Amino acid sequence: MSDERTLQIQQISAHPGTVPGQGAQREVEVAKYIDVTTCIGCKACEVACVEWNDHPFRETTFDNTYQTMPTTEWNYYNLIKFVEHERDGNFMWLMRKDQCMHCADPGCLRACPADGAIVQYENGIVDFQQENCIGCGYCISGCPFDIPKFNPKTKKVFKCTLCSDRVGQGLEPACIKACPTGCLHFGTKSDMVALANTRAKQLREQSGFQNAGVYDPQSIGGTHVIYVLHDATQPELYGGLPSNPQIPPSYTGWKWLAKPAGLVMAALGLLAVFFHRVAVGPKLPQPEEPPPAEAQPDTIEAKRKEKP
Amino acid sequence: MSSSVERFDERARREADRVGETVVHRGELLRHPVYTRVLHWLVAISFVLSLLSGFAIYSPYLFRWLTPLFGGGPTTRFLHPWFGLLFDIFFFFQFLNWLVPMLWTKADSRWLRRIKEYTTNEEKLEPEDVGFFNGGQKIYFWAIVVSGLLFLISGIPMWLDHVAPRWLVAASYIVHDIAALIMLAGFIIHIYEGTAAQPGTFRSMTDGTVTKEWAWTHHPAWYEDVTGRNPREDYERAQRRQRERARAIEAWEHEHETRERINEPGTEEFPER
Ligand code: HEM
Ligand code: SF4
Ligand code: SF4
Ligand code: SF4
Repeated sequence: MSDERTLQIQQISAHPGTVPGQGAQREVEVAKYIDVTTCIGCKACEVACVEWNDHPFRETTFDNTYQTMPTTEWNYYNLIKFVEHERDGNFMWLMRKDQCMHCADPGCLRACPADGAIVQYENGIVDFQQENCIGCGYCISGCPFDIPKFNPKTKKVFKCTLCSDRVGQGLEPACIKACPTGCLHFGTKSDMVALANTRAKQLREQSGFQNAGVYDPQSIGGTHVIYVLHDATQPELYGGLPSNPQIPPSYTGWKWLAKPAGLVMAALGLLAVFFHRVAVGPKLPQPEEPPPAEAQPDTIEAKRKEKP
Repeated sequence: MSSSVERFDERARREADRVGETVVHRGELLRHPVYTRVLHWLVAISFVLSLLSGFAIYSPYLFRWLTPLFGGGPTTRFLHPWFGLLFDIFFFFQFLNWLVPMLWTKADSRWLRRIKEYTTNEEKLEPEDVGFFNGGQKIYFWAIVVSGLLFLISGIPMWLDHVAPRWLVAASYIVHDIAALIMLAGFIIHIYEGTAAQPGTFRSMTDGTVTKEWAWTHHPAWYEDVTGRNPREDYERAQRRQRERARAIEAWEHEHETRERINEPGTEEFPER
């Protein structure tokens, strides 16, 4: 797999110029595979995540569901979303493991104004570097999955790291390791996509889920966390998974085109003002002081003529 | 309402004049009282701080240049909204203070139609109907009013962006940028006009006074208002007087120099003589 490549950086937020060492190695992308149809909602992955990342246990919220809390939190990266669903008159649970999707085109990274606060490794993992984070929170509005969360105390933003620290050492993510049913897998992106397609086909052909399919949204270039869903035509059913996730244009066209254009215009404005001074000159209170007599060329000329 | 604003402004000006002072020498006119000047520089300082800390976050190409001015990225991000808020508060008082002289008039529309002649310095004096502020200054003022509001409206969701809805933050981002770019353009022109482009203007915001020549050149209608004299006639008289004086000096120098040359022993300078 990709252990030694995990720390190979592919993109850096707000970093002018190229990424050091980019493209030096053959690209091997990783992915996390989540089969929603075989998740039993045991929350072993939630616990493993909190443990591995050494977060203290935080308060949970009971709102008449099995869900631990309404959304992921800055110190709770991984949450099983419990959705009560009716299918053909029968009740069923839709239990989706919600965490960062590690988008190929990450809205959080595009939105971030701080040099080096978010990096994307060659293997596809999107990782926040809190020491460079300025706490502006733009990443929150750039993310189509509502993932980055603000810690008001440290004024930094946190989210799932895809266990980049474990993956970098050749280990699988903690949540994968903890899962008792095998609904989670970790491997190269192509392997995981193939596995997901096989499973979806099985669901369609053998379990009567005609709409079963793989969630790997192409509107953001695919993700490095992919789902197998019973009904891939309606991802919204699974606790608000967007069927067509989008990065706001503020962080795409505006940021990469209009913003630099504005700067160039400001620079041109400065030049224009400077050359106005040079070429047109100042507007003096009238009448102007006449230039000192001896400096006038015709006077000098006259004086020279006086000399015999 | 407007009268209570006027009463407030008058009191503020009176109080400021009690603490500060404006000395008007002979040949000068009072242009900006202490209150206006203090407000102007409070606005200017808070604006420049907002501008620098804002543009630090505006572009990756400025981030590394500008954030060290404020002690790094996190402090820049922390301070910027406060600078902006200060700017809005100070400018609010300037808004009240200048509301009346900044109201748009027909003369300003005429001024605007002659903007090309203005920028190319075609005429030595401004048209006779240009009052205390010209059309350009008024446009700048109203642009700041609008931008100040836009900054505030769009700034609050960005300030509290971990609670504001995602689409609102994203939209505010663009509005904030547009306001900043407009203000930057206006700011560049403003500083240029206030210093290098129009010598004699800067002191109106430091000493509070300008020369009469400055007044009839740039704001003839205002000159007429405060002196009761015709700006054109006074200009022409000054012009005549200056021409005469220049001629007299030249004549005196000419005579003086010739005499020196005859009296001085060092005429070896011209050996053939
Ligand atoms: C820091 C550099 C600045 C300089 C050198 C400067 C200079 C001046 C001067 C000399 C005047 C008086 C013009 C007159 O009496 O006709 C003036 C007026 C004014 N200033 Fe500034 N200023 C600066 C920054 C700012 C900033 C940052 C703002 C607001 C964002 C501002 C807003 C105004 C306004 C609205 C007026 C009245 C209209 C005008 O003259 O354009 N100034 N300034
Ligand atoms: S899911 Fe959100 S936080 Fe994760 S990489 Fe995508 S945009 Fe960034
Ligand atoms: S809050 Fe998010 S967008 Fe802002 S600097 Fe930190 S990581 Fe980047
Ligand atoms: S990959 Fe790691 S950080 Fe992400 S949810 Fe799983 S255990 Fe948590």
